[in-house]
Amino acid sequence: MYSPTVIEETVVRLLREAECRLPPDVVRSLEKAMDEEKDEIALSQLRTILANVKAATNGMLPMCQDTGLPVFFVRGRYDIKIEGAIKKGVSRATEEVPLRPNAVDPLSRHNSGDNLGAGMPPVHFEPSSEEHLDIAVLPKGAGSENWSALRMLTPAEGMSGIRKFVIECVVNAGSRPCPPTIVGIGIGGTADMACVLAKKALLRPLGSFNSDPFLADMEGDLYHDLNKLGLGPMGLGGRTTVLGVMAEKANCHTASLPVAVSLNCWAARKAFARIYADGRVRFSQVMFE
Amino acid sequence: MKAIEITSPLSESTARSLRAGDLVSLSGDVITARDEAHMRALDLHRKGVTLPFKLEDRALYHCGPIMLHDRSWKVVAAGPTTSARMNSLGPELIRAFRPRLIIGKGGMSSEVLKALSDVGCAYLAFTGGAAVLAAERLPEVLGVHWEDLGMAEAVWLMRAEKLGPMVVAMDSHGRSIFQDVETKMRKIASELI
Repeated sequence: MYSPTVIEETVVRLLREAECRLPPDVVRSLEKAMDEEKDEIALSQLRTILANVKAATNGMLPMCQDTGLPVFFVRGRYDIKIEGAIKKGVSRATEEVPLRPNAVDPLSRHNSGDNLGAGMPPVHFEPSSEEHLDIAVLPKGAGSENWSALRMLTPAEGMSGIRKFVIECVVNAGSRPCPPTIVGIGIGGTADMACVLAKKALLRPLGSFNSDPFLADMEGDLYHDLNKLGLGPMGLGGRTTVLGVMAEKANCHTASLPVAVSLNCWAARKAFARIYADGRVRFSQVMFE
Repeated sequence: MKAIEITSPLSESTARSLRAGDLVSLSGDVITARDEAHMRALDLHRKGVTLPFKLEDRALYHCGPIMLHDRSWKVVAAGPTTSARMNSLGPELIRAFRPRLIIGKGGMSSEVLKALSDVGCAYLAFTGGAAVLAAERLPEVLGVHWEDLGMAEAVWLMRAEKLGPMVVAMDSHGRSIFQDVETKMRKIASELI
């Protein structure tokens, strides 16, 4: 249905774009942070970040040495060949971009050398009846991924419980996930679904709001409150602690309220591709509708 | 604020002259080590085996770089990694090998802060993710040890040329900017929740 060669090529290009070019919404928001910070140390961090982003784009080099594990979100008609083609693309990108080989056995810590191995890379598939195939990649570094958290709240804890948990996550992570971070929140579903929703939220453009007005309010309030914490760029103090807060939800069990938080570092890398039935491919670093 | 220029190897008095909040740029010897290299170095030290490289008076960099071998080794991307992962190994390592500078991101524990002040060593925070700028300021690879640990975990000996600006975030006088920021943040958070 979709050509495996086209998928493979698309994955190599997606990874190159994502790793070497910071998406425009993230760059804008870092530039805006420069206007808000007054502290010399905070400004020095933002200056270095923006200079690094520019150098990475100019040289088409990975902006961060932790090129992460590439998390894929695929939407289209299921085809058994898709996963194999993505794997080939990841292995090639590891050589060609280059990416740091990060995938290891969890116990022996043996490095596969090509970012593949059991379960790698994660591919979240969403069936659709559309003719085209959408592939999104979210390379996720360990600095931020290590602060992911899931809590099974009681329904009685409600919105205020969610808010409290998110603040706790950002405070406990502190300087370590490379702030200013982007906060992805997954609410509802089952425990596993909440984690995927939190990741998926990170694909949204910064400054966008959830279509649910309650969630949109919570996103806005948390953004405002988290930026009062004074953590600042790289945790050295300042006014910019988060660049965005985005939440996604799914229905859950009447006795449950799962909440997951996925933090993304300032190097919030993402890239999108749409492969059409005629083999044409459209690339973007802004999410497709 | 202008960055203070320092060169590794450096003396104890130079390390002790650095104060939390200073901006510095570093030239000279930089040695990378993360989790696996810390464990191996300490393991050898406990057995009385001498390391194949010298950390004393030098800058230890918490970094797992992307390297390219093209006739010689070249640094592609080399930003700092999260130093807190080395918290449990830091105090023993600092006391055993006496580096003068630790470069990393995110800061380290109060036990490490104590070791810094005992030995006369400063912790420099380099901007996380600034991997391409770092690579530009690490123009020469002087050697590599323990390649069996993989690219990220191996020990890379590099020459820095004005690597920075870095912030003296933990000094040898007991001050840590990270701890100051965290204390304030927890107070604000308790009011928000």
